Amino acid sequence: MADGTGVAVGAAGMSRQRLAPKTGFARFMRQRSTIAFLMALPLILLIAGLVIYPAFYAIYLSMLNKRMTQFVGLGNFAFLLKRHTFQLVIFQSCLFAITAVILKAFLGFILAHLMHNIPGKNQRIWRGLLLVPWVIPLALSTLSWWWLFDPSYSAFNWILNYFGFKSIPFLGVGWNARIVVIMVNVWFGTPFFMIMYLAALKSVPEQLYEAASIDGAGATQKLLFVTLPMMRNIISITVLFSLIVTFADFDIVRILTAGGPQDMTHLFATYAFSVGIQSGDIPLGASVSLFMFPILAVAAFFVLRGVTRRTKEIAT
Amino acid sequence: MSATATHVRAAAAHRAGSLERQRKWALWGSYAALSVFVVLFLVPPVYMIITSLKSSAEISAQAGSPWVVHSPTLENYTYLINYHNFQIYFFNSVWVTILVVAFSMIISVMAAFSLTRMGFWGSQTISTGVFLTYLIPASLLFIPLFQVIGKLGLINSTWSLVLLYPTLAVPFCTWIMIGYFSSIPKELDEAALIDGASYVQILLRIFIPVAMPGIIAATIFAFTVAWGSFLYPLAYLYTGDQLVLTVGIVSDLIRGDVFLWGKIMAACVMAATPPVIIYAFLMDYYIAGLTAGATKG
Repeated sequence: MADGTGVAVGAAGMSRQRLAPKTGFARFMRQRSTIAFLMALPLILLIAGLVIYPAFYAIYLSMLNKRMTQFVGLGNFAFLLKRHTFQLVIFQSCLFAITAVILKAFLGFILAHLMHNIPGKNQRIWRGLLLVPWVIPLALSTLSWWWLFDPSYSAFNWILNYFGFKSIPFLGVGWNARIVVIMVNVWFGTPFFMIMYLAALKSVPEQLYEAASIDGAGATQKLLFVTLPMMRNIISITVLFSLIVTFADFDIVRILTAGGPQDMTHLFATYAFSVGIQSGDIPLGASVSLFMFPILAVAAFFVLRGVTRRTKEIAT
Repeated sequence: MSATATHVRAAAAHRAGSLERQRKWALWGSYAALSVFVVLFLVPPVYMIITSLKSSAEISAQAGSPWVVHSPTLENYTYLINYHNFQIYFFNSVWVTILVVAFSMIISVMAAFSLTRMGFWGSQTISTGVFLTYLIPASLLFIPLFQVIGKLGLINSTWSLVLLYPTLAVPFCTWIMIGYFSSIPKELDEAALIDGASYVQILLRIFIPVAMPGIIAATIFAFTVAWGSFLYPLAYLYTGDQLVLTVGIVSDLIRGDVFLWGKIMAACVMAATPPVIIYAFLMDYYIAGLTAGATKG
């Protein structure tokens, strides 16, 4: 059999040589790597032109003055760091991203376990219902949250009043708004964690649990010594990925509060938008965005490491 | 080996009664807990539908529970269907989405095939780069892109979205397709090559049909990006004839201090319907593609 394939490949090689065109350029165009490069070229152009170039352009922009006539070096960054509003932005972005990701990871973990208990056929329906928040475009569902929190018509306040509690100004008071914004993000993002964890749970071989049971392990021990180690990689990939997405979130805050009250809910993205697009100070907006970069880069590095490790694990 | 098996089975039978009961409790407990979550998760969409069925008069009267529709009406929907601006937003969204999905899929399928099966100098680096690009959020680069779009003369043109959305969709689509393509056994394309097939034929006749689940997953992702994005259209479009749904609803139906909530919610329901329908039918493919990205790499 080995001989047979050898012969076949040899024959194919020969026939290809015979068919090969004479001129240099035509031969070059028919080469495997040339065709390969041409097929990947649209992707390369797209990323080079609309991702890498704008990234460097952002760095250049961030070093100009408002009218983009003068080079000011790191002036914009220094100016931002001294500004109270921007300090609030840094604090709120970190608070928002960290709290939301922890809550999403925790709830997603619980949901995945609950879902894992349910037999296959019903699971699809329940999973579908729980994925609804994640399926509706965020900008649209946030509008309905806004309506639920409306100062004078809030349906939540109606429930509170009904049970004899006082109305809460959900979006009018700084810390309330901060909590609301985090809550909406958790509502949107938990289903994603659920499906990632559910997939991970399903990939844990049943024999491991059986073996653990035979060794006398209880539910907690199974969770700590079988489930978590097997899921560790996916948990870290999902958490870090979500950290990136949550940190850079725009839609929720923009629609619900537009950064208010007193700029207490601004995130990097919404602040960059209000400074760069609305107030027209492009360089300052670009520098606000760039403040996200270090955190995103660190998270991205670890995600990539996790994914490559995972690939190797599965390959072996 | 059979000795151990019987031993295990005997032990299992011994505890079967209590285990059975435990399992039953776990099952009903799970159902109960999940029901609570489902109710909490579905509050906004359900309230969206409730509000969309109310007349403006009923909303502003604030009589009785806001959670109940007292006199259901479809007037918000008929208003929107006949409202010229809303038709334009819907049409804009549709054609931007179709173009973006088409471009993204062509670019990413070709690139994924070339990166997994043909390879050239630096293709490994590009694969890694593609994944890193996927991790770049839209809000990091929208300000320099504003300048780029301005230079191209595409500010306030839906073409800017057709140009920019692929940068969000293509990296992940390529990543999904790389995963699916590399799971196809090498023998398959070697055999085809020996039979004299060209690479284009291999891609069209073997890889695309075999990797169809992956293509569906990637298409849904591109659709999601193109249909639901909010930041780019908000930043780059401003006149009524160029807006897409996500932004059009906000900027058109909120007139100063007047919020036409019934119409806003009806518009949201209509704009959310296409993705919900697509997910209802193709959810399994999408989840498989999504989780494969992390679990298979």
